[in-house]
Amino acid sequence: MTFKVASSPHQHAMRNTAGLMRLVIYCAVPGIVVQGYFFGWGILVQLILAVLTALVSEGVFLALRKRNFERALGDYSAVLTAILLAISIPPLAPWWIVVLGTFFAIVIVKQLYGGLGNNLFNPAMAAYVMLLISFPVQMTAWAPVQALTQFSVNLADAASVVFTGFTTDGYSLGQLQTNIDGVTLATPLDQVRTDLTLGLTYHESLQNEIFNHGMGIGWAWVNLAYLLGGLVLIKTRAINWHIPGAMLGTLAAIAAVMYATDASIYASPAFHLFSGAAMLGAFFIATDPVSAATSNKGRLVYGAGIGLWVYLIRTFGGYPDAVAFAVLIMNMAVPLIDYYLKPRVYGHWSKRR
Amino acid sequence: MSMESLFNRLKAGRLFSFPGGVKPPERKALSNQTAIAALPLPDKLFVSLKQHIGVEGKVQVKEGDKVLKGQVLTASPNPFAVPVHAPTSGTVTRIGLHAAAHPSGLPEQTIEITPDGLGQWTTLSPIPNYAQLPKMKIIEAICNAGISGMGGAGFPTHLKISSKKDVEFLIINGVECEPYITADDRLMREHAWQIRQGIDILVHLLNPGAVLIAIEENKPEAIDAMRVACKDQSRYLVCPIPTRYPAGGEKQLIQNLLDREVPRKGLPIDVGVIMQNVGTCYAIADAIFSGKPLIERVVTLTGESLQAPGNYWVPLGTPVYHLLNQAKYVSSLQQKKRIIMGGPMMGFTLHTDLAPVVKTSNCVLVPSDQAMPLPPDEQSCIRCAACADACPASLLPQQLYWHAKANELERAQDFNLFDCIECGACAYVCPSDIPLVHYYRRAKADIRIQEQEKQKSDKARQRFEARNARLEREAEERKAKHAEAAERRRQAMQQPADNPQDKIAAALARVQAKKQAAQPDAVPEANEDKVAAAIARAKAKREAQQAQTGEPAKASALADDPKKAQVASAIARAKAKREAQQAQTTETVESASPAASDDAEAAKKARVAAAVARAKAKRDAEKADDAPESDAQPAENAQIDDADAAKKARVAAAVAKAKAKRDAEKADDAPESDAQPAENAQIDDVDAAKKARVAAALAKAKAKRDAEKAASTTETNHQPDDITQVDDAEAAKRARVKAAVARAKAKKAQQQDDPS
Ligand code: SF4
Ligand code: SF4
Repeated sequence: MTFKVASSPHQHAMRNTAGLMRLVIYCAVPGIVVQGYFFGWGILVQLILAVLTALVSEGVFLALRKRNFERALGDYSAVLTAILLAISIPPLAPWWIVVLGTFFAIVIVKQLYGGLGNNLFNPAMAAYVMLLISFPVQMTAWAPVQALTQFSVNLADAASVVFTGFTTDGYSLGQLQTNIDGVTLATPLDQVRTDLTLGLTYHESLQNEIFNHGMGIGWAWVNLAYLLGGLVLIKTRAINWHIPGAMLGTLAAIAAVMYATDASIYASPAFHLFSGAAMLGAFFIATDPVSAATSNKGRLVYGAGIGLWVYLIRTFGGYPDAVAFAVLIMNMAVPLIDYYLKPRVYGHWSKRR
Repeated sequence: MSMESLFNRLKAGRLFSFPGGVKPPERKALSNQTAIAALPLPDKLFVSLKQHIGVEGKVQVKEGDKVLKGQVLTASPNPFAVPVHAPTSGTVTRIGLHAAAHPSGLPEQTIEITPDGLGQWTTLSPIPNYAQLPKMKIIEAICNAGISGMGGAGFPTHLKISSKKDVEFLIINGVECEPYITADDRLMREHAWQIRQGIDILVHLLNPGAVLIAIEENKPEAIDAMRVACKDQSRYLVCPIPTRYPAGGEKQLIQNLLDREVPRKGLPIDVGVIMQNVGTCYAIADAIFSGKPLIERVVTLTGESLQAPGNYWVPLGTPVYHLLNQAKYVSSLQQKKRIIMGGPMMGFTLHTDLAPVVKTSNCVLVPSDQAMPLPPDEQSCIRCAACADACPASLLPQQLYWHAKANELERAQDFNLFDCIECGACAYVCPSDIPLVHYYRRAKADIRIQEQEKQKSDKARQRFEARNARLEREAEERKAKHAEAAERRRQAMQQPADNPQDKIAAALARVQAKKQAAQPDAVPEANEDKVAAAIARAKAKREAQQAQTGEPAKASALADDPKKAQVASAIARAKAKREAQQAQTTETVESASPAASDDAEAAKKARVAAAVARAKAKRDAEKADDAPESDAQPAENAQIDDADAAKKARVAAAVAKAKAKRDAEKADDAPESDAQPAENAQIDDVDAAKKARVAAALAKAKAKRDAEKAASTTETNHQPDDITQVDDAEAAKRARVKAAVARAKAKKAQQQDDPS
């Protein structure tokens, strides 16, 4: 009888990569549901498209690279990437946007860099930025909160818009973005930015019908839902608190300082924290393990960097939201952070005792 | 923090912490429910010679010997050796390679004992009054009892407790943080008092400021038992440690208790700490109070595949298959036999169940496939850094892994690969099931191999360079010497020949020239290192060459057996010198002959003698020529050799000296009777005898001096050998042979000279 010879440790924690990815996906569900509730069925169509594209492109590519694609597909990382991209793009964006983006994320950003674990950039965010730069019109056409729109959009309508550009009733995407008075509605971040450039103050901007109590209607809830999911992730130790903590803390701190200096042109910390993809970014995107810093100290710096860039780009930059850019910028800094913020190894102390 | 405040802090139940760590399911209840039980003896015991870190001793028994229980089986003067003892009485049935309790699965030297079932003890010599004895005696007793660390790596205990530094804290490690293992737990519960006695002995030896007995919180019974046993000692403190793996690691425990870190490449004593395992304390008490050597230990037999898990007193050397039988192994619960020696986190799988229990074996774990599934194939690292969060050494296991996998060994070392304690916490948490520790072990092994190779090639390069420099230097020295000698000779020749005074002067000049030629001999050697040894060797060679013909010998840079060569070359040198003397004597005889032509008979005799001497000189020169070339070639490669050889060489040299003296005397006789020693043949008869006598006296003196020089050279040249290690029966033999040859030759020369 031969003996099984294995290297220690012989015992293993039950958590595996696939399980971890699944957990992250589950924790994103509340946010997705709330997002769907406020912004309609479009998100579901986008999710399905993205996940299918991800699986197909990853499978084909792995087959081409002659890798065992069953196992790689089973790790859910491609699915997670697809989901993150799908919920980041406008719900009613044309189908080829999400397909192209997902393909880009999986094949170019991930697989061409060597597959899972080797990619320098967060695939979902890299794809998002690529899309934003290439197709700014489609990528900024966020339909407003359903409650405010002129027309209601059911699942069939959403699918129809995504694939054809028109609802089953023949309304165009542009029409769907308007309110009852036929005025095109923007996202809160866009609204504030536009108003500020128009000379309005921050508070005047908040008078717009898309706001309620100083928060973008719907957006605050979406962010709250992602926050909830994120807390579960921390609680289950799927992620460490360092990155989201540092990111949100930095964002809030800078916003607070600026808001205190001039409340008329700088948004409040709460506005920043609960607008756009702040929570999604903090808990689900910036924490993507592959492209984040690895030591706890490093994670703090990484998270803080993202928070800083988010604020800077939102406030002074030209893009609607900044999470994607901020994450990519900090992705580039990760090797440096990891190198300089190595934890002090046991026994490597300067004479002390 | 000062010792006192630390102690008070700990007394108040406040600990520090250590980073990382994991909390695997403990599964200790499997084996800690029953008292430690005895096992029937196996039919064979396999006592490995080396069961600790260090060197193994020399076997003191032979096959067929009857041994008594506790009888010592190995011995060694090496401080890193601890003896092993017969676990029971019986017969030594075999001494040879046998499967060992080692991850590599490689067999080791093992004494196989077939028990006779009587369990007859050898005479034991307890020292219960240890406090009255000198400490060295106690430490010796502990060493002789074969005690080495029983918790971890098996470091010889007597070395640890011979520390000369001040000990602030003696930490008794009863943490036992590995899942499944309960050997120390049961030992503390059942034998707390004896452990306490062992601690007392250690305290007597080390005189620490305080004793900390660290036990993980999941062993409340053990904590209570130890508290009771130590309650009369205010400086003994039982410290419950929060359950977290690897809290029992030496470094982690020190950090957890004292917030001190053992410096990299340092020892606990560098932070004022000595740590001993509870099992070791128990064994020490056994050794001192009952004189019993370490021949059995508590082993946890556990795992879901055993029907009778528990703790057992197991004689060292008991093969694992016997344990499995006793604990009722159910093979159907494992697809492939998987036996882990040690715990699930750091234990290793055995290659065979023939492997015996050794001093460090605290557990034999036989899990079921269900309870401890084999890890699936590794997946890509997702850089989740869960490993970094778990690492108690604050390493970045993932970076180590990337570099180890890519074989970037230098980078891996940048990330402090060698600070990894191989605790396995990282691999335990890795969601991608990457066998991280395996990668580290391989990388470490690769690095060690690389370093060895580098050292080797560095040495070769140094040798090569040194040799080139030496050859150059030698050539120049030779040239200079020859020029000088020639100059002196010419001067001597220019002196008017009929003045005996001048002749004496000439002879003196000659002597001096020779002495100078031999001068480097007298330079004492630095005997510090291999370089010096190499130089010494080189010089020896050079001298041998000079003794021959002055031609550069062809030195071969690579060689096998330097020590032999050294001895041989020294002897050859001595011989060559002696021959040279003889040759010179002969020369004297020879040159004297024309002057003695009046005396026909004398001349004839002298001629015959001269011819014979010449022939001999030539032959010897050739021989001397051969010897160094063949024997001295190996001289380069050096690390070896020893006092013995040097001594023998010295003896040989002394013999050579004596012989040389004898020869010189002989030479003395010859000219006195019939020869005229002179460079120059134009001398008249009357003075001849006188001159011859004077020259003969000079030659004798010279011969004596040279012989002495040869002797001292031999000695100085061999000094480097004394400091180097290793034995050398061969060299000694060769030296003896050479000496014999030299002796024989001397005798022959004597005989040949006799007729004259
Ligand atoms: S735990 Fe495993 S997967 Fe995660 S970073 Fe470490 S090695 Fe990579
Ligand atoms: S095995 Fe080495 S790298 Fe892994 S956790 Fe332990 S010390 Fe850290």
